[in-house]
Amino acid sequence: MPDQKALFEFNDIHVEVDGKQIVSGVSLKILPGEIHAIMGPNGSGKSSLSNALMGHPDYAIMSGEAFLDGRSILSMSADERSRAGLYLAFQYPLAIPGVTVANFMRAALQAHRGKDADMSDFRKLFKAAMKALLIDPSFATRYLNDGFSGGEKKRIEILQMSMLNPKMALLDETDSGLDIDALKIVSEGINRFHNDSNALLLVTHYQRLLNYVKPHHVHVMIHGRIVKTGGPELALKLEELGYDWVEAEYAQGTGA
Amino acid sequence: MSDEIRRHNEDLASLDKDYATRYGFQDPVNYFHKGARGINHEVVEMISRMKKEPAWMTELRHAALDIFTAKPIPKWGNSELLSEIDFENIYYFMKPIEHQQSNWDNVPEYIKKTFDRLGIPEAERKFLGGVSAQYESEVVYHSMREDLKKQGIIFLDMDSGLREHPDLVKKYFGTVISTADNKFAALNTAVWSGGSLIYVPPGIDVKVPLQAYFRINAENMGQFERTLIIADKGSRVHYIEGCTAPVYSTDSLHTAVVEVIALEDSYIRYTTIQNWSRNIFNLVTKRASVYGNATVEWVDGNLGSRLSMKYPCIQLMGEGARGEILSVAFAGKDQHQDAGAKVIHVAPNTSSRIRSKSVSKDNGRASYRGLVKVHKNAANTKVSVECDALLIGEDARSDTYPTMEVDNDQVKVEHEARVSKVAEEQLFYLTSRGLTEDDARLLIVNGFMEPFTKELPLEYAVELNRLIELEMEGSIG
Ligand SMILES: Nc1ncnc2c1ncn2[C@@H]1O[C@H](COP(=O)(O)OP(=O)(O)OP(=O)(O)O)[C@@H](O)[C@H]1O
Ligand SMILES: [Mg+2]
Repeated sequence: MPDQKALFEFNDIHVEVDGKQIVSGVSLKILPGEIHAIMGPNGSGKSSLSNALMGHPDYAIMSGEAFLDGRSILSMSADERSRAGLYLAFQYPLAIPGVTVANFMRAALQAHRGKDADMSDFRKLFKAAMKALLIDPSFATRYLNDGFSGGEKKRIEILQMSMLNPKMALLDETDSGLDIDALKIVSEGINRFHNDSNALLLVTHYQRLLNYVKPHHVHVMIHGRIVKTGGPELALKLEELGYDWVEAEYAQGTGA
Repeated sequence: MSDEIRRHNEDLASLDKDYATRYGFQDPVNYFHKGARGINHEVVEMISRMKKEPAWMTELRHAALDIFTAKPIPKWGNSELLSEIDFENIYYFMKPIEHQQSNWDNVPEYIKKTFDRLGIPEAERKFLGGVSAQYESEVVYHSMREDLKKQGIIFLDMDSGLREHPDLVKKYFGTVISTADNKFAALNTAVWSGGSLIYVPPGIDVKVPLQAYFRINAENMGQFERTLIIADKGSRVHYIEGCTAPVYSTDSLHTAVVEVIALEDSYIRYTTIQNWSRNIFNLVTKRASVYGNATVEWVDGNLGSRLSMKYPCIQLMGEGARGEILSVAFAGKDQHQDAGAKVIHVAPNTSSRIRSKSVSKDNGRASYRGLVKVHKNAANTKVSVECDALLIGEDARSDTYPTMEVDNDQVKVEHEARVSKVAEEQLFYLTSRGLTEDDARLLIVNGFMEPFTKELPLEYAVELNRLIELEMEGSIG
């Protein structure tokens, strides 16, 4: 049964890709207003977990459960999960040639509001959201992520988040590829979005994002498992010492 | 797809959702004249006599019939499907009313309703300079803005054109596409009826598009319109045509011939959106001769039909001539779109660009058949060919048959061909933003079509997006 207080909760999630187990029993409980961070070496399964939670068909959840606002989401399709309030900012956002950012954004917002909902406020909202993230207006008519630089794509991911206003946002390495100024702008965008009734799960490799967006809890993921959880100080320690000591500690603890 | 278009789309969302209700209706008609099925010299004679044509045209028709009969069914395209056509079962001439009308009120109610439903008079009011509406074999309604007439612009249905401007027609008719060019061009020459004649005098810029709409209503009808466009030196014109037909269980035939002549420094754009029902064989010959520093652009959208074979052609005859062919084809269930392009560089310093886009869905098949020929004298030519195919579903098929014959070594040729599938990753990205899988797929297809759609006047872009939406409905992944 889901915890009534949790905004987002998943228990004992196992994920397989191509018949290979990538995530092996991960659990997390996120309360409204909380910011969690997951850190971990390359290939440890952070993106796989995020994709699986969002409903990517290639990332099969073999067992476990997940609840958003007390509702079970694992039987929902990706679009249903999105409309229920889940958001994933992609590590590698896809390009959709021929579809402008504005049209895509309008279609996405329309999908969230319902087919017949009034959209007359769209232009205003969209313009304001672009402005807040210092995105040049010319991006409105460019094709979605088509030829965008790495940093531009990440900014557009946060733009979408701010427009769709999800309850629970998973941000997969949104800080990677951002220059120093962009990191600040994007971080401010994330902080503006964040409030007492939504929550964030940040996947990151670097402390520098966490300087701006302050996590309440930091988790370390290695080999498809969360092996350690701590407060913000854990991220600082990881930055300094790397992951070897966590792995060693975990191996000892499990007697492996 | 621009924002504006999307808003229009939203306005149109209340319209009926499938082809059968929107275009597929049929009118019960008492034709003024309905000939017998089948083709022979008597039919040809009857057509020519009813139209009170000059002797040279009657003779041309008879000669063409002999050529049609003598020529075998083409071996390329889809000869298997072609050989299904029962030429003896087709009506070659149907005259719906006795006299063509230029006042909408005088058009018979049932025909008026048809074109009303297709949005024709509305489009005319909104943005067109002239309109021609052909129903079966003949144009039933024709009008042109007075100010355009005063400039000396000719825009007539071809029957009236031949009557009122016999010398002009005689000078150009069949000069770009000879009777013997191919079996279907010969058939058209034998039994042609309707179509448009356009002449733009030197230096005149026709600022608003001229449009013709072709409607087949009767079962087993053959529509053989004949269009001839001449842009005199330094003039400009944009001509648009649209086509539909009802849904019948047995086949009908659409075999048009379009000849376009762009004299020095002129510009012609020819836009077609055809959306035939799935029982139409659509076999069209279109060709343009482009003289010094003139430009011709074919913008060609092919939806529907059982089999389409259509390869708009551009002959660059004069120095500095330019040609562009932009086409899209959508092959849905059981359809074969055999579309393509031909460019022939005859003169030096000429340039051409071909962009072909196709979408195949279910077991639909889209083929690109292209020919680029550069003659010995055509030095400093530029050729660019770009073919893009998008496949939806496992059974969809696309193939390309490009041919290049280059007899001059001062040529710059670019050729690109791509086949892509609607990628799972793209679908996931869009669905993760709340779009249903169907909407996501439609957005991807619309995006794929965008380079074409953005070339259309707004009204047509809206219509094309609607048609694609209809085609996409219920598609499997
Ligand atoms: N679609 C896929 N097909 C095959 N293998 C995959 C796929 N996705 C992930 N994997 C594999 O699963 C493992 C975990 O990958 P994942 O992308 O989840 O790691 P990550 O923790 O996000 O790494 P990084 O920090 O580099 O982004 C890797 O070994 C990866 O190669
Ligand atoms: Mg990752």
